[in-house]
Amino acid sequence: MPTPTTAPANGNSWRQKLSRLDVLISPYLYISPFFILFAVLGLFPLIYTFWVSMHEWNLIGGQGDFIGFDNYTHVLKQEFFWRGMRNTFSIFLLSSVTQTLAALALAAVLNQNIRAKTFWRMGVLLPFVIAPVAVGVIFSKMFADQSGLINGVLGWFGVDPVAWHAGVLQSHVAIATMVNFRWTGYVTLIFLAAMQAIPSELYEAALLDGANRMRQFRSITIPMLRPTIIFVVITATIGGLQIFDEPRVFDQSGLGGSDRQWMTVTMYIYEVGWGAQKSFGRAAAVSWLLFLIIIAVGVLNFLITQRISSGDADKTPEEPANSTMAKEPVA
Amino acid sequence: MSSTQFAGGVAGPGAAKAVKRREERAAKGGWGRGRTKSAAGSRPGWLTYTILALVMMVSAYPLYYSFLLGSSDSVTIAQNPIPSLIPDGNFLENVQRVVSSDIKFWKAVANSVIAATITSLAVVFFSTLAGYAFSKLRFRGRGPLLVFVVATMAVPTQLSVVPLFILMSKLGWTGRLEAIIIPGLVTAFGVFWMTQYLESALPYELIEAARVDGCSMIRAFWHVAFPAARPAATMLGLFTFIGSWTAFFWPFIALGSSNPTLPVAIQLLQASYFKDYSLILAGVTVAALPLVVAFIFAGRQLVAGVMQGAVKG
Repeated sequence: MPTPTTAPANGNSWRQKLSRLDVLISPYLYISPFFILFAVLGLFPLIYTFWVSMHEWNLIGGQGDFIGFDNYTHVLKQEFFWRGMRNTFSIFLLSSVTQTLAALALAAVLNQNIRAKTFWRMGVLLPFVIAPVAVGVIFSKMFADQSGLINGVLGWFGVDPVAWHAGVLQSHVAIATMVNFRWTGYVTLIFLAAMQAIPSELYEAALLDGANRMRQFRSITIPMLRPTIIFVVITATIGGLQIFDEPRVFDQSGLGGSDRQWMTVTMYIYEVGWGAQKSFGRAAAVSWLLFLIIIAVGVLNFLITQRISSGDADKTPEEPANSTMAKEPVA
Repeated sequence: MSSTQFAGGVAGPGAAKAVKRREERAAKGGWGRGRTKSAAGSRPGWLTYTILALVMMVSAYPLYYSFLLGSSDSVTIAQNPIPSLIPDGNFLENVQRVVSSDIKFWKAVANSVIAATITSLAVVFFSTLAGYAFSKLRFRGRGPLLVFVVATMAVPTQLSVVPLFILMSKLGWTGRLEAIIIPGLVTAFGVFWMTQYLESALPYELIEAARVDGCSMIRAFWHVAFPAARPAATMLGLFTFIGSWTAFFWPFIALGSSNPTLPVAIQLLQASYFKDYSLILAGVTVAALPLVVAFIFAGRQLVAGVMQGAVKG
């Protein structure tokens, strides 16, 4: 323990003042790196995006004339913008719904008294350390329309080759699979942690009432997991609607397919800003539109998730579980 | 019912092997966390382990598939959609071709290592500092400021790429590592994470003792708070390292092909050699390998980190 004691006994006022200043200022000093960085590289760019979106602004030429909302009206008339929206939402729904359900099921499996817990937990988390780009490249080969692994395996069962790249929905399924590959294990562990925090008395009481495993899962586990599910869905929304890496490397040209069948909004931002058009103004306009949509969907998700599980949740936490069992919870 | 009151010690790799040898229904009550879901917290049956084994295969196979193709050659790959489970012998040769290709492989490795190392060290330091202030020091505006930090986590910053790029151009940082390091020096997640941890892990008495001994504020932090924060700081460092190592969108825009990180190099490899999957996937395998090896050693902490923090990022 360091003790730089230099006898300030005589009330050395200069030292005392310095010490008081230290106490007063230090907290602000310690938290300042975050706030400075966020102000300069987080908040300012967000507002500046809006400013740029009101201008003619090119990658090469820089700032041009102020044109109001022209960039927005231009973008909203583009077919590719709407196709990007369609693709983004389709991929997002396909991945987030299956991911949440799969993670819930897998967490329930892991939440048993199994052997070698850490081994299995590490097993499900392994894909998380692989870069999305690497996952994208590997899976784009596995999902190759010709001579791909998935179609090869499907061939064993007499299924005709699927047009994973050429098809619209097919390509969305393939990309959603990549997302799920990387994130399902992560979300599983989040759910698992939440499941372990559920008091075992609830299950004991349910057992006395003769509730089977499925019933316990539906009437205790899921309602108790509500805050966690809301959290997972919200984060999945914020991340999922910005998806870029996996679809970008789903083929080598990175435009989202010949018919832009898997081009996402973020890919569209890149294409408008850094691709052929080199229009920062329009790219910024798309960014702001996506920003507003993410917020809207986030709020919507929150409301929906809250409603879905609130029917059960209102009853379970406070009351003893046996009274819960007597009622028929809204599924 | 709560007969299995064993504190939450977790099974080690030895136990993992034991499972593989299928000696399932041996001694009752081991490292159970007092689970009392079914009768006497009994061991689940073979179905559970079959499911887990399948999940394990799904987890591990894509990477192994990448290695299989990376050790093959393009003719074999074109002829066999389903690769043989035994790798061919061309892996090192393919890696050699990746290294000597024009994607600047070594530069990408160096860039990834430098960026990930600096970012994780900085995040750990600044986040611990801020977390210490938020959890243990008294100052005006503490509550609202912390709420603000948490709120910023929900801001989709990826959408500010346009002005960020303009800013970086003005600073002359495009194509330079500063462009990807500086924005990631401290994160809201890190601050929140360390605040949460120090709140419970660091007793006020320790800080007071140091202060009574005449430590300045920063010395008290450095000698008392920082050591106490080590377990959470390690996890935060791991997460940040992984995040930096796997990041693509912003490095892709800010750095470009002249000064790539590994993910950017992988994309380049795919774009320039798109017919040659043995080459591409050898590169992918090599790029993924460092984190996979690290995961074997630190995976336990990572699992604990995810379960404690339960925050995606």
